[in-house]
Amino acid sequence: MIKEKDYLNNIAEQCLSKSNKLGSTDVSVMVMHSVSEDVSVRNRKLDGSTRSENLGITLTTYIGKKKSTISSSDLHTKNLDGLINRCVESTKITPEDELNSLADKELYFKGDKELDLYDETVLENKKKIEYINEAEEEAFSRKDIVNTNGSGFSQNKSNFILANSSGFSDGYKTSQFTAYCEVVSKNNGSMERDYEYSSKRFFNDILKPKQLGSKAAELALKKLNPKKIKSEKLNIIFDKRIAKGFLSSFSSAISSSAFAKGTTFLKDKLNKKVFGDKINIQDKADIKKANGSRYFDIEGVKTKPLELVKDGALNDLLIDTYNGKKIKKKSNGRASGSSNLYFLNGDLSFEELLNSTKKLLYITETIGRGSNIITGDYSVGASGLMVENGEFSYPVSEITIAGNLNNIYKNISLANDLEFNYSTNSPTMLVEGMIVGGK
Amino acid sequence: MSDLLKNSDLSLDTADKIVSDTLHDCDDGELYIEDTKFETVTLDDNKIKSSEYSIDSGYGFRAITDDVIAYSHSNEISEESLKKSSENLKSTLKSKKGTYNSEIKKTNQKFYNDIDPIETKSLNAKIELLNLMNEYSRSKDQSVKQVSASFLGEKKNVEILRLGGELLKDSRPLVRINISMMVEKNGRKETAVYGVGGRQSYDEYLKDGSWKKLCDEAFRIATTNLKSKPSPAGEMKVVLGPGWPAILIHEAIGHGLEGDFNRKKTSVFHNLVGRRVASEGVTIIDDGTIDNRRGSLNIDDEGTPTERTVLIEKGILKNFMQDRLNARLMNTKSTGNGRRENYKHIVLPRMRNTIMLNGTHTQEEMINSVNKGIFAVSFGGGQVDITSGKFVFNCTEAYEIVDGKIGAPLKGATLIGDGPSSLKEVLMVGNNMMLDPGIGTCGKSGQGVPVGVGQPSLLIDNMTVGGTQL
Repeated sequence: MIKEKDYLNNIAEQCLSKSNKLGSTDVSVMVMHSVSEDVSVRNRKLDGSTRSENLGITLTTYIGKKKSTISSSDLHTKNLDGLINRCVESTKITPEDELNSLADKELYFKGDKELDLYDETVLENKKKIEYINEAEEEAFSRKDIVNTNGSGFSQNKSNFILANSSGFSDGYKTSQFTAYCEVVSKNNGSMERDYEYSSKRFFNDILKPKQLGSKAAELALKKLNPKKIKSEKLNIIFDKRIAKGFLSSFSSAISSSAFAKGTTFLKDKLNKKVFGDKINIQDKADIKKANGSRYFDIEGVKTKPLELVKDGALNDLLIDTYNGKKIKKKSNGRASGSSNLYFLNGDLSFEELLNSTKKLLYITETIGRGSNIITGDYSVGASGLMVENGEFSYPVSEITIAGNLNNIYKNISLANDLEFNYSTNSPTMLVEGMIVGGK
Repeated sequence: MSDLLKNSDLSLDTADKIVSDTLHDCDDGELYIEDTKFETVTLDDNKIKSSEYSIDSGYGFRAITDDVIAYSHSNEISEESLKKSSENLKSTLKSKKGTYNSEIKKTNQKFYNDIDPIETKSLNAKIELLNLMNEYSRSKDQSVKQVSASFLGEKKNVEILRLGGELLKDSRPLVRINISMMVEKNGRKETAVYGVGGRQSYDEYLKDGSWKKLCDEAFRIATTNLKSKPSPAGEMKVVLGPGWPAILIHEAIGHGLEGDFNRKKTSVFHNLVGRRVASEGVTIIDDGTIDNRRGSLNIDDEGTPTERTVLIEKGILKNFMQDRLNARLMNTKSTGNGRRENYKHIVLPRMRNTIMLNGTHTQEEMINSVNKGIFAVSFGGGQVDITSGKFVFNCTEAYEIVDGKIGAPLKGATLIGDGPSSLKEVLMVGNNMMLDPGIGTCGKSGQGVPVGVGQPSLLIDNMTVGGTQL
């Protein structure tokens, strides 16, 4: 099935030696192989099955401070030679950049790999179909669930080798199992959709079919017959799956590349208060079995744990080698971005958040891009539920929520219900005083 | 003669045999072979970041019976791999029996030339021009703090082998030139992005100093935004400028008219053919046949020749956009809208160039008629929920309208609307139809495909603006 280390190593070695022969002073190569087998189901009937197999390389050659990158999926020796040649030739005519280099040797990952990122389990398509059918069955058992947008199951396995001319050579297998269910509810001419999905490295960790189906149905039913509300300033609770989006824009805003270029609203905020005192954000790559866990980044640098925000203050950045040099900091293994990025739990229960004011809006879905990380402006389309006196009262849709991240960050309160379901994770989040655009 | 099997041990004859053996009991399917070369050359922060080049080739083998799709793809084009895929497809569909219709419409139509844009301009010349764009932009004003510019070029060769031995081919060039700028004045930062592109050589978009216009435009938008004030929140009248703002049409109406959502009855439009879905002045087409446009195709990714499909005529819903699968299941014909991002993805009905045709009003008339509203000139991305019909898009250049006149620029606001009702709220359709500059990529089910849009100015009676001023 999945190609073993020796096979990938062999290709990597060829790339390194050939590039050196052609005059490269430094070389880095990544060889990847992945196989994914997916099924999709609609109305409890097989809708499709897909098998994907991908083998590819990404090669970067340096001549002094000149650098060029090539990637290819065509690895026949003849083509590979031509590609390496092309890469070295374009390196020759690319202008120098004094900051170009491989990562510092001292920062390379060394050591044991004990994170449990690979599950040997292989599921036959028949099993996958049964799993998803059971989820849809559960969803359809609810009144007013009339259709599906399609549900599915995918099993992905991959292996890779990263090697460079400074002696780094390492790689490992990972697996990912994903099940999703998306259903349509209908009542009095109102039609809504919603979904639930679960994606884990180990098959046994994903949501059971009945939970998947019932959650998707419950969400789609809750949205039926929504109202549009008046424009006003409101306290807003973001459901976990929306709240984690604030971490994604935060991670772009604290990348060393944004800091080096000054293209982030947080540019002057290192070591300063950015959030309220109770907010802490960490990025930990070494959580066993977690979706975002890894040993090293695409430069081979060990991805060490970071306390990015400590008691509200911006404490660290996501740094790669090149941009790190620009801001005079060493890489912390984030050339591939964040790993497992999360808010630490707050001190309020979910019920306490719901009861924090008489009237608030609980957001279950946002659409649109949302955050401008240069200005910090935030504006999205949204739908959710009105909460009055701690109780969900009616669904709301076709509204917008807007603010500026500088203010939003200072007005966040978090519940104590953090779970590690994705690679970025947040507890339920309350943001006070946002502007809702409606009628 | 196949060009794409040349480097493999797989002969066209053998491929044909495997295809027949796999598809003879199916309703539809094909072997899709693709070879793509792609380059990006980027200047960022005063430096050529690096040049990147990639080659991706592979096949996607698809078999369909009834509404079940079996798909297998690999970047290893070989007899062994294709046989493995064939086994896979047969095992998925083993309990079904279909009838294959080998007939497919032929065409000699060519809407772009068979050029390789990557090779028609040397890397040196690209680097030189990016440096010029950077210097020119930075020399415009002290407030320009960051400039990023890039060339993206692609050459995609496609071959489609259907049951019966028919081999259909297309060769598709595509380029895009982007510039983004950050300006800073009195502690305030704003950015702007501008780009052009299509299915021609880079030089067609750069000649006679027209590259300067790209820089000028990005600079104009960024400096305009430096003066912007917070956007209002709430419902108001909206005037949309011509050209790129037609992504509203794409989001609000386009996606809901794609065959798959209507066959599955999850689109709000599924039972509205022949009914009024827009104001009388509204006619919308989806056209794959415009010369050199980003969304144009000679044949779609199933081999069907593209066409100009009328979606809405004078406000009445006429047609959906179809691929072969959805067309067959809905007893109609493919409109040449079957597209895929690449060989790794299944075909879906997708838009090409989606355009609202001219009406009779002037933009000035529209603005004069508004007491309080906004004039939206350009947008970033948009998104739609097909089932509920709700869509959003983010303004990147917008102005307030006060007492019939264009006022101050507004900070990036989100507009949100309801697809089926928003086109009924079109009060005036302009006479100034413009196509977008050639930069659109549409995302659906994780697949991005190049598309175009176009429209004249529009006056919409009522949309919700997501600003911060109550």
